[in-house]
Amino acid sequence: MLFGFPLLSLVIWLPIIVGLIVLAIGNDRNTLLSRWLSLVGAIFGLIVALPLYTRFDPALSTMQFVEQYVWFERLNVYYHVGVDGISMPLILLNCFITPLVVIAGWEVIRERVSQYLGAFLIMSGIVNGVFASLDAVLFYTFWEASLIPMFIIIGVWGGPNRVYAAIKFFLYTLLGSLLMLIALIYLYHVSDGSFSILDYHQLPIAMTPQILIFIAFLLAFAVKVPMWPVHTWLPDAHVEAPTGGSVVLAAILLKLGGYGFLRFSLPIAPDASLYLADLIVLLSLIAVVYIGLVALMQQDMKKLIAYSSVSHMGFVTLGFFMLNGLGVEGAMVQMISHGFISGAMFLCVGVLYDRLHSRQIADYGGVINKMPIFAAFFMLFAMANAGLPGTSGFVGEFMVIMGAIEVNFWYAFFAAMTLILGAAYTLWMYKRVIFGAVANSNVEGLEDISKREFILLVILAIAVLWLGIYPFPLTEIMHATVDNLLEHMTHSKL
Amino acid sequence: MEKLYLLVPLAPLAGAIIAGLFGRFIGTTWSHRTTIFLVFISLIASLVIFTDVLQGNIYNGSVYTWMVLGETHFEVGFLIDPLSATMMVVVSLVSLMVHIYTIGYMHGDPGYQRFFSYISLFTFSMLMLVMSNNFLQLFFGWEAVGLVSYLLIGFWYTRPTATYANLKAFLVNRVGDFGFLLGIGLVLMYFGTLDYEIVFAHAGHIASHFIEIIPGQPWMLMTVICLLLFVGAMGKSAQFPLHVWLPDSMEGPTPISALIHAATMVTAGIFMVARMSPLFELSETALSAILVIGGITTLFMALVAVVQNDIKRVVAFSTLSQLGYMTVALGASAYSIAIFHLMTHAFFKAVLFLGAGSVIIAMHHEQDMRQMGGLKQFMPITYWTMFIAALASAGVPGFSGFFSKDAIIEAVKYTDIPGGEFAYFCVLTTVFVTALYTFRLMFMTFHGKTRMDAHTRDHLHESPWVVTVPLMVLAVPTIAAGWLIGTMVFGDYFGDAIQIRPEHEAVASLKAEFTGVFGMILHAFSTTPFWLSLGGILTAWFLYLYKTEIPGKIRKLAGPIYTLLDRKYYIDEIYSWVFAGGTRMLGTVLWKIGDVKIIDGFFVNGSARVVALIAAAARQFQSGYIYHYAFTMIVGIFVLMSLWLFYF
Repeated sequence: MLFGFPLLSLVIWLPIIVGLIVLAIGNDRNTLLSRWLSLVGAIFGLIVALPLYTRFDPALSTMQFVEQYVWFERLNVYYHVGVDGISMPLILLNCFITPLVVIAGWEVIRERVSQYLGAFLIMSGIVNGVFASLDAVLFYTFWEASLIPMFIIIGVWGGPNRVYAAIKFFLYTLLGSLLMLIALIYLYHVSDGSFSILDYHQLPIAMTPQILIFIAFLLAFAVKVPMWPVHTWLPDAHVEAPTGGSVVLAAILLKLGGYGFLRFSLPIAPDASLYLADLIVLLSLIAVVYIGLVALMQQDMKKLIAYSSVSHMGFVTLGFFMLNGLGVEGAMVQMISHGFISGAMFLCVGVLYDRLHSRQIADYGGVINKMPIFAAFFMLFAMANAGLPGTSGFVGEFMVIMGAIEVNFWYAFFAAMTLILGAAYTLWMYKRVIFGAVANSNVEGLEDISKREFILLVILAIAVLWLGIYPFPLTEIMHATVDNLLEHMTHSKL
Repeated sequence: MEKLYLLVPLAPLAGAIIAGLFGRFIGTTWSHRTTIFLVFISLIASLVIFTDVLQGNIYNGSVYTWMVLGETHFEVGFLIDPLSATMMVVVSLVSLMVHIYTIGYMHGDPGYQRFFSYISLFTFSMLMLVMSNNFLQLFFGWEAVGLVSYLLIGFWYTRPTATYANLKAFLVNRVGDFGFLLGIGLVLMYFGTLDYEIVFAHAGHIASHFIEIIPGQPWMLMTVICLLLFVGAMGKSAQFPLHVWLPDSMEGPTPISALIHAATMVTAGIFMVARMSPLFELSETALSAILVIGGITTLFMALVAVVQNDIKRVVAFSTLSQLGYMTVALGASAYSIAIFHLMTHAFFKAVLFLGAGSVIIAMHHEQDMRQMGGLKQFMPITYWTMFIAALASAGVPGFSGFFSKDAIIEAVKYTDIPGGEFAYFCVLTTVFVTALYTFRLMFMTFHGKTRMDAHTRDHLHESPWVVTVPLMVLAVPTIAAGWLIGTMVFGDYFGDAIQIRPEHEAVASLKAEFTGVFGMILHAFSTTPFWLSLGGILTAWFLYLYKTEIPGKIRKLAGPIYTLLDRKYYIDEIYSWVFAGGTRMLGTVLWKIGDVKIIDGFFVNGSARVVALIAAAARQFQSGYIYHYAFTMIVGIFVLMSLWLFYF
């Protein structure tokens, strides 16, 4: 609450309400109204979220902007929301990406425009709800609800194989989530009827149930992140999703998994987390190296970036389970940075796809001759994807590697391989698509980016560079929360 | 003063931004005027700072805080001492000359503004690298110069060879950075900070610390750190076996070869090791490895230079060999001599490259020396400046290269570090080879008969002043920079910036023998290096001017050896087969078999299929025919009754 004003609820519900209005009034005859209404709504969504940052007290590790109302009294279910240094940056990232997605679909989406935009706005609000929920039932509701808009976006506006991809996406994530539901019900029982996530943090639990709880949560979150070997839904989903869908999927939805580890797995089952840390580290390193190699061989640009996403998200899970300040904060930075970079990369591929309707690397070559401005932006984002210092991509990877070396030299060794692999797959793709002489008559006819695309890419370029050159403001708001989490982890719950 | 420090890197950065973002609006002329003016400002500021540092004013402070984590502060800041001040002057001077030269060389190129933007950006990055007061910013600059190098090698992006070379350069450098970053990680872990001053001050405390990277194998921590850091230097300074990118980098425009791939960027590794002297001094093993790697690079790359026919490639391999000299000096604990050679080399190699570029312009972008010859009469300024540089490169007494190279050879002779004898053999032999390939280049290009076609010969002329003036300006330090040896190497010039432990006495021994510049020149005539150098020049004269039919015969006679050198020891082929091919094969296997067959094929779609199978089987029971259900019921009753009868 800010001066008695339910700020956080506004951040959650404003996009949803605007989304519903867009759905209600829009039709394909007057798309401009839906577009402008959505854009204004998305921008307002960002503006109302800004006080979360400016009014945030970075010295506190407790929840801020808390609101709590009774929902189902008999079951102890509350509408209980609040943010700390972990969830607040993610909410801001989400609110930042939403207007970009609306702009990205401006001229591209021509069918069922209001439904498309409505789905994105509603999803934006739902995702804010996931990050802000402090009540397990509320959390689970938002968590599962977030699947629906994306399922529709892929299934309706997707590519030729969209139905397979949408169902794969839906089943994969749903199956993971079901075990989480069981874990939450179990926690409800052992906590004598509380659905408060913060209560669970303090709950003593024996080792065996801790491990089972950890694994239940792991399945839910690992699918979302996604971790190796439950990652195969992501390339399919990305390939079939429309550009905006890919952007939100990579930039936002993957972060739900990462967030889950910090909000549930680590604080609720700290002993199991320590016990199973090596397993997660192993899976994360496989993600970094194995997926990096797989990415190298992709022929489809979107698939390549999707695999690169999995590889980069490997750094997130790796950082969490280093269980030190550098690792956890580095992983957080990596999540935010990946939001910017993967979003930008998918937008760049979208720019090409809108023109030639192909994502195959082989269909391009020499694009720089026809689209020099685009090539410059793409270069920046490719370098950021390769983790070049001065871009946001470096900060998180650097911190996680520094955190990893404190734990075990070899963790850092394998993680640092991304320096080579990341550069190899990103720049090799760049070389084949952008450099060279004009490859064919289609490329010959390309036109450089429009004003609309320019604005999108400039905004993301500024974000990527700002975070790379001056990450201080971002890390500053996380310190207290992360320190508190790590301190909490040192106390056994047995 | 502090504002001046900021001005040094920020002026070229402003130039890069103006030329890069607004180049198309302000046009070519204003792009080069702006960038050159701003680099000139940077040079003036560097010179002011340099004189100030000579007064003993050393500065170490932060500009802004990048990030804070617990007790650790990650800062962006400057350490201005004799070492960085020297580098700042060298970098901004060579950069300014290359900026001016570029006006002539890149005239009419469609990417004119972009080129100026890149070289200014490079200057900014390189200055940030040398001015840094901590490892993080060092790494920033390190990667940033790598980025600009990548962009510039691929400047002519429609050429497949250029885009191949730039990708290769970036990836090989990344292999080096991989080690470098791990080294930085260990520094952060054991010192709790990345600030040079604190790290160097505490280095002694963990000198005897051991770590077990492989369980049961205790290794000295300092050795591990230094070797990892040196892997980074091997990438950037193109030391064997990470040297493969530098020859290919010649695909970039020639001014870049001079600025980045000869004078400045490739010396970043040398600079880094010298900067880290308090750490490297603590590990005899690391120094030993550096000596050996430097020795290999010095000799074997020089040998390749002898058989190259592309004028730029000769100079490129010469650069590799000269970097090897610097590395050997580092390994012998003669850091000041390494920096000294870095400086003299920056000047004479810049002249050689810019001169080669001038020749290439005159030859209408023909780079094969077999098509040249007799250019002396057509381009006297280019010839004479290059001749001076060739003398310096060959180590003829009095020229800058002589002082630095002679000092290196002497230092290696005095070192007790294991590997010193091997390195000594390499650097000594290479004196002959260096003189040979340098003068082979000079004779094939400028002397003898003209071998180009008539059309080219009729159009031969000296390059415009924007090309020749930088050559002449740089020729001055090519002659004179060596005379500073008394101050820079044997004086107390570097102060605390370079620390040498008393038991590594190579430089101290040389200092005791040093009798002034003229004494050194006079003494040279009685030493082996001088006669080797003279022998090399005479051999080149004999083979390429006097008896020009002999090289062909030698080539036939020494067939396999010639091929081995010509193919650069087949290292490129091996790397391409093992690393590039191996990685791609592994990627394909993991993708097609791991992801597609096993995970998706077996587990994901497999479990879907199992569900479908069970469902299909279960569906059989629901046929909808009443007699099926009746029959099943009867069977069931029969079974139940039998069980009932049997048990009761």
